[in-house]
Amino acid sequence: MKTFAYSRAESPEAAVAAGGRFIAGGTNLLDLMKLQIETPESLVDISRLDLAKIEEREDGGLTIGALVPNSDLAADPRVIAGYPVLSRALLAGASGQLRNKASTGGNLLQRTRCYYFYDKATACNKREPGTGCSAIGGVNRILAILGTSEHCIATHPSDMAVAMRALDATIVTLKSDGDRRRIAIGEFYRLPGDTPQIENVLEAGELITHVELPTPPKGEQLYRKVRDRASYAFALVSVAGIVSVEDGKIASAALAFGGLGPMPWRDPAVEAALIGQAPSDAAFAAAADALLKDAKGYGTNDFKIPLTRRTLIASLRELTGVSA
Amino acid sequence: MADFKMDADHSGLALERGVQGVLGAGLDRSEGALKVSGVARYGYEHPLAGEVAYGYLITAPAAKGRITGFDTDTARGLPGVLDVIVDDPRIPRQAAAFVPAHAGNDEIDHWDQIVGVAVATSFEAARDAAKSVTMTIAPEQGHFDTMAGVGDASGPPKDSRLQDMAKGDIDAAMADAAVTIDQVYTTPNQVHAAMEPHASVAVWEGDTLTLHSSLQILHAAKGILAKSVGIEADKVRILSPYIGGGFGGKMLGPEAVLAAIAAQKVGRPVKIAMARSQLFHNVYRRTDTHQRIRLAADKDGKLTALAHDSVVSQGPDGGFMEPVALGSIALYDAPVRHFTHKIVTLDMVQAGAVRAPGEAVGMLALETAIDELAEALGRDPIDFRKLNEPPVDPMTGAPFSTRALVECLDKGAERFGWANRASQPGQVRDGEWLIGMGMAAAVRINLLVDSQARVTLSPDGRARIETDMTDIGTGTYTILGQIAAESLGLPMDCVDVILGDTDLPPGAGSGGSFGAASAGSSVALACEDIVATLAERMQADPKDMTLKDGHAIAGNRRVPLSELVGSEPLAALGKISQGSNAKTFSQAAHGAQFAEVAVNSVTGEVRVRRMLGVFEAGRILNAKLARSQAIGGMIWGIGYALMEEAVLDQRHGAFVNHDLGEYHIPSHADVPPLDVLFVEHIDRHANPIGVKGLGELSISGAGAAVTNAIYNACGVRVRDFPLTLDKILGGLPDM
Repeated sequence: MKTFAYSRAESPEAAVAAGGRFIAGGTNLLDLMKLQIETPESLVDISRLDLAKIEEREDGGLTIGALVPNSDLAADPRVIAGYPVLSRALLAGASGQLRNKASTGGNLLQRTRCYYFYDKATACNKREPGTGCSAIGGVNRILAILGTSEHCIATHPSDMAVAMRALDATIVTLKSDGDRRRIAIGEFYRLPGDTPQIENVLEAGELITHVELPTPPKGEQLYRKVRDRASYAFALVSVAGIVSVEDGKIASAALAFGGLGPMPWRDPAVEAALIGQAPSDAAFAAAADALLKDAKGYGTNDFKIPLTRRTLIASLRELTGVSA
Repeated sequence: MADFKMDADHSGLALERGVQGVLGAGLDRSEGALKVSGVARYGYEHPLAGEVAYGYLITAPAAKGRITGFDTDTARGLPGVLDVIVDDPRIPRQAAAFVPAHAGNDEIDHWDQIVGVAVATSFEAARDAAKSVTMTIAPEQGHFDTMAGVGDASGPPKDSRLQDMAKGDIDAAMADAAVTIDQVYTTPNQVHAAMEPHASVAVWEGDTLTLHSSLQILHAAKGILAKSVGIEADKVRILSPYIGGGFGGKMLGPEAVLAAIAAQKVGRPVKIAMARSQLFHNVYRRTDTHQRIRLAADKDGKLTALAHDSVVSQGPDGGFMEPVALGSIALYDAPVRHFTHKIVTLDMVQAGAVRAPGEAVGMLALETAIDELAEALGRDPIDFRKLNEPPVDPMTGAPFSTRALVECLDKGAERFGWANRASQPGQVRDGEWLIGMGMAAAVRINLLVDSQARVTLSPDGRARIETDMTDIGTGTYTILGQIAAESLGLPMDCVDVILGDTDLPPGAGSGGSFGAASAGSSVALACEDIVATLAERMQADPKDMTLKDGHAIAGNRRVPLSELVGSEPLAALGKISQGSNAKTFSQAAHGAQFAEVAVNSVTGEVRVRRMLGVFEAGRILNAKLARSQAIGGMIWGIGYALMEEAVLDQRHGAFVNHDLGEYHIPSHADVPPLDVLFVEHIDRHANPIGVKGLGELSISGAGAAVTNAIYNACGVRVRDFPLTLDKILGGLPDM
């Protein structure tokens, strides 16, 4: 860990004015600082700001403060009732101790768990732009098959963000000039391209203050996470699904995926393949085809392609009540 | 001195006549409350007076090459930095273990090799300094692929416990057999990563060195440390009262040598804890293994041949060989037998002892192959094993000391409900999940090593046990107390146990599951002497005297021990030594492992639903601690079967998953209810107290029970461990 300046912000406005790196739960940032992968000169502690409340809005949606701990969010009765996909995704992530510390805003900003990002003795374009990608041609079993570039095949590790992507969450921010922004989660993350070190559209000093969820969606909700052990492991693939069936036809579908890409992945073609169709294995297979049309394996992660296909079909069966 | 060499059975201990009723009881561990309340001080936490310095190890970002220069200027300029040591010829190059490691940091022979230490007034400053050191490296191409190097492999070292052995013609037996299995099984590199990292505090007073550390066998470590630092062994004292896991990995860590060097240079005590990632590359690993197993059987299901041929890897000058076939040698009867090992030298950290060297990985392969053969013969795997039970050691012809494998198999089958197992795979379904049952035999060779303990009975009626024996979390404090309490007729709270200090008589140390047998026997023998003296003072034959609740009872007299002791404490040194019984009898502990698993038919995810281990390990000293050891071993078995692997990047020779987030071992949610049953037979040929090693026994076969259950569940047989879901996926039914 490099020496750094520390200050505690008394208000969101003061936080963005302070011009440092924000720290809330620190469950990811502190690890990265100890390894000197992140070396901020100045930390602004936002953990005591008044941003830890979950409030219902008049339109029936929820506004979640950026400092709401993952445990609290998962256990909130309104979340359990209206957004079970989110509660389940949160509980599928990390460990009890980490969920107690991790904040809603910080969870959205987790860095990848790619082995090479964490090992300063190896090349990594995300950690040190221009040095190369060790994961391509290396050990990439846990890495991405969608949205990759020749510069980076990292995955985004969050479970929570996958559920929020399916829920069409909106990220509310405060910029350093005092302006507020509302960013749809679909517009929030960036593909790696040739700048894998830039992971989202936040500007320097911009603070996430809230996450808004729209009115609870219609239909069945599911979060299914496939991983190498029963707890405390990142997703090899995960599916956040919200599907409603009316008159024997799929009326609405929202499907987001973890473990596959550099961001919580959602592809309108998957949903288009389903909406208006009677739930059936044929329709589900078409959705899987649409999702995996451009999937690219890098060797040891090739299995993610059939695994994703199977997991999606099984998830859709469960969401629509179709038996195998 | 009560000195007993195990050339014959002991004629009968006071322990056997004990009526105190504490031996075998499932007592709580005596130091448990100290540990959970934080009162127990581990090595790194040892309180020191005065100024202390912190060291952080400097490592090289390459696997092979020469270091042509260091730049330590930036590091030296950082606040709080006392020294940056990269030029001491004693810097160990490899995992210091049973012998002093090769020293000198000009050559790099494995990834992340320790090349020095930064010393500062705080841990954080030392870490920052260590990471600020840069070095110029002339890299060379390293070799990291075991099988690619098999052409240059060597055979077992001369001093290896396990030499190549053959009986009969394996090729002819395979050609003539009704049914054969000829398969290759592989297991990956594994690392130690004990919960407490390797950590040491070195304190110099004049020319004497005191090391507070976390080590398993102290008197051995003392000699290695003295040689590594360049002083006489009698100038070294090591203390390890509490140890947060050893598992074979804490013989002597490189941090101990560097703490001693650094403390000498900066003139104050130095504390060094290895970082988790450093442990992955600087503590010896368990080698990967490539195991070919050939089995031949006649049509009636009798084994006619058994061959287990292994290729393992080792780092430069490693010495140790993973004895893969150790469990296979005497487990089943077969006239033709063949066991070989080849060692490939790689540019990697040395390989060494990790949790049941030999059986842990060898039994994964053997017991999977036996399952395959039983299936090919159309026989139940338990019936097959019983049919091939040897009457004597099938390699040497020696009688078994005790052997209750068949009893374990039968009792386990009944308790687990084995009769309900579907004989064909893929028959039982629970929603998306395919359910299966599997089993495997367990075996672990039994060892006895020389061990000494002093027992002192004080005028106040309290007993004190002193030995440099260690408690690595297994419960040594408690069982030694139980042995003395039972022998001397004392309540447990009248016995003090002092361990982990080289100033005390040299004990066995912890390793190879020999600790309880060896150190326990030395305590029992010391008590023999004290009981003899007490009997003399009671004017009774020891056999006619009863000791209970601090009193001696004989000839209608009941006398407090304090009165018999008088004003001078009674002290005795007990010493057990290995003898010819180790050869006269074939000694091993046995067991039977059972598992029920669920395999997800969509994803290939495996969840273990329940397990049962039935073990025969001689006398059980403490039912609770024995069970704890057993379930720990069974959990390792789940990990070996399903997830544990140090993933090697073949380009760099580095383990990429070098933290406990990505190096997967079972989490709580992966561990189902575990049932343990002991079949108790006191083994009088093994050692005076009749116990056999247990800790490693419970690892043996546990993983194979899980993988055999996976086959029974879904019909997919994977021979490359661990069985991660990607290896199962391709064999699952279409969606």
